[in-house]
Amino acid sequence: MFGEGILKGLAETARNAVESFVSKERLTTVQYPEERIAPIEAARVFPFLVYDGADWEKGLRCVACQICEKECPPKCIYIEKSKDKKPDALGKQQIYPAKFDIDISVCMSCQICVEVCPFEAIKMDTQFELSTDDRFGGLLYDRKELARSNEYYHQIHPTEAAEVDARLAEEKVKSEAKAKAAAAATAARVAAGQTVAKADAPTTKPSGEGD
Amino acid sequence: MVTMLDQIFVLLKHWLVSFLPLGLQTPVSVLISVVAIIGTFPALFALTTVLERKGLGRIQNRIGPNRTGPFGILQPIADGIKSLTKEDIVPLSADAVVHFMAPLVLVVAVFMGFAVLPMGRNMELVDMDAGLLFFFAIGASTELSVFMAGWSSRNKYSLLGAMRAVAQMISYEVPLLMSSVAVVMITGSLSLVKIVAAQNQYTWGLPHWYIFTPWGCAGFVMFAVAATAETNRSPFDLPEGESELVAGYFTEYSGFKFALFFLGEYLGMFSISGLGATLFLGGWSAPLQALQFVPSWIWFFSKVMLSIVVLIWIRGTLPRLRQDQLMNFAWKFVLPMTLLNLVDVGLWRFLGEGWIRWVVCSVLMLGAYVLMARAGMRQEHFGPRRYRYADS
Repeated sequence: MFGEGILKGLAETARNAVESFVSKERLTTVQYPEERIAPIEAARVFPFLVYDGADWEKGLRCVACQICEKECPPKCIYIEKSKDKKPDALGKQQIYPAKFDIDISVCMSCQICVEVCPFEAIKMDTQFELSTDDRFGGLLYDRKELARSNEYYHQIHPTEAAEVDARLAEEKVKSEAKAKAAAAATAARVAAGQTVAKADAPTTKPSGEGD
Repeated sequence: MVTMLDQIFVLLKHWLVSFLPLGLQTPVSVLISVVAIIGTFPALFALTTVLERKGLGRIQNRIGPNRTGPFGILQPIADGIKSLTKEDIVPLSADAVVHFMAPLVLVVAVFMGFAVLPMGRNMELVDMDAGLLFFFAIGASTELSVFMAGWSSRNKYSLLGAMRAVAQMISYEVPLLMSSVAVVMITGSLSLVKIVAAQNQYTWGLPHWYIFTPWGCAGFVMFAVAATAETNRSPFDLPEGESELVAGYFTEYSGFKFALFFLGEYLGMFSISGLGATLFLGGWSAPLQALQFVPSWIWFFSKVMLSIVVLIWIRGTLPRLRQDQLMNFAWKFVLPMTLLNLVDVGLWRFLGEGWIRWVVCSVLMLGAYVLMARAGMRQEHFGPRRYRYADS
């Protein structure tokens, strides 16, 4: 009422100014290039492609389904499907991305590609020092530059990667069981067809392509 | 030795001038003083910018600039190089001549104010009989440059900023003058040298500064408020309110013209702080009789820098006022208080020596302050905004 609020405010700012010299809690500035904070698990910057095994080209989980390309809000992903198929990490015959480019200057780090991917093939990286002096080519990452091993994924996001691995293992078990059941059914049907009639033999199909 | 150190700049000037023929001595002596002023205060300005940035940083729990040189003390040099090398853009539709003149007028006008400030014993450029009047006359012309800048830019933000600046500066010029008139009433002189001399006396080792009298204390507070508004400093920085008007009246300035505006603003702070120190804080006189051995110019500049630190501190603390609050404060609170302060000074002058005048003058000012603060608060309606016509 008589201006004591102003005095109170002045006392508060003076306290801030003085305590920032003595208290580490008040002065929380991290002087970035020299000092760094420990990497944060929840950080997400730009997407990368996960591969299993040692060879990045063989182990890419991506099957070029193009869901992420279609969902990407700024349309920064460009995928070209391969003409041929090759076995993926599970040994199934799959299409693979002949081209997988992400323009990280367009990417807005929304993580939608990660959320829509049914194959756990694209994940968010924590690497943020991506500046380059090449404005066009340097910021357009092809699949080789985007590929990161599953071990690296475990390193940057341990909790999330463990969950993903558990889910993949479960799916693998399920798909193997399904394949086995299908194979058994086919075998039974083939056996039955051979004995009873040869009418429905062509309906057999190879087990689950990209389920 | 003590007087030697006190008068070192004066003696140095006399020594330099003594080599010249008699006819040249006066002009060259004036020239040397002018160059000294033009050199000293921009150097202080450079120091103040880094002080302000570091100080505000600390107030906000940041470090502030620390990359250029040790602890960032070379920051002003980097800023200077930056503003010198930047492109100087003049809007196509701007009035180019006025646009060019505005920062020059500001800096020149502000520099002229230093001519009458006594910066130490015998250290004034001119001992004008009407020094205070000169100072305010020159100070008022900064409004002209502000409006020149705002008008010539042909930009709505510039114009709005200039309008606000002129309204604010004219409103606060009145209390600024009124609170200074109190000092003139006691001293009986407009000469700043005589005003300092009147305060440079000691009783029991304590100085006769006007801030240590009831009317002087009240006058100083109101002078400080008006001076803050006059120099467009926070919390009265509406003319350049970054969040509303980009940069106010110098929105369309870039490069070195922008730096000149910045310089003019800070020089205005120095000169008004110097005037405040001269009028109320005893100018170059020492705060204790025992400290008189310290050179007088050190006292003057430490008083100025102390005021600057307080201004930075206030800037880091208070939020910006609204336009109507600003005007209400000027016309309904500060101006009546300064008018009452004139009555108070009259009483002080004619009640004679003794304790009675202390009691009477203190009670008058304090009572008025309490009553006006209460009356002001009663009219405040806190709560959701009500519209007189739109809601019905």
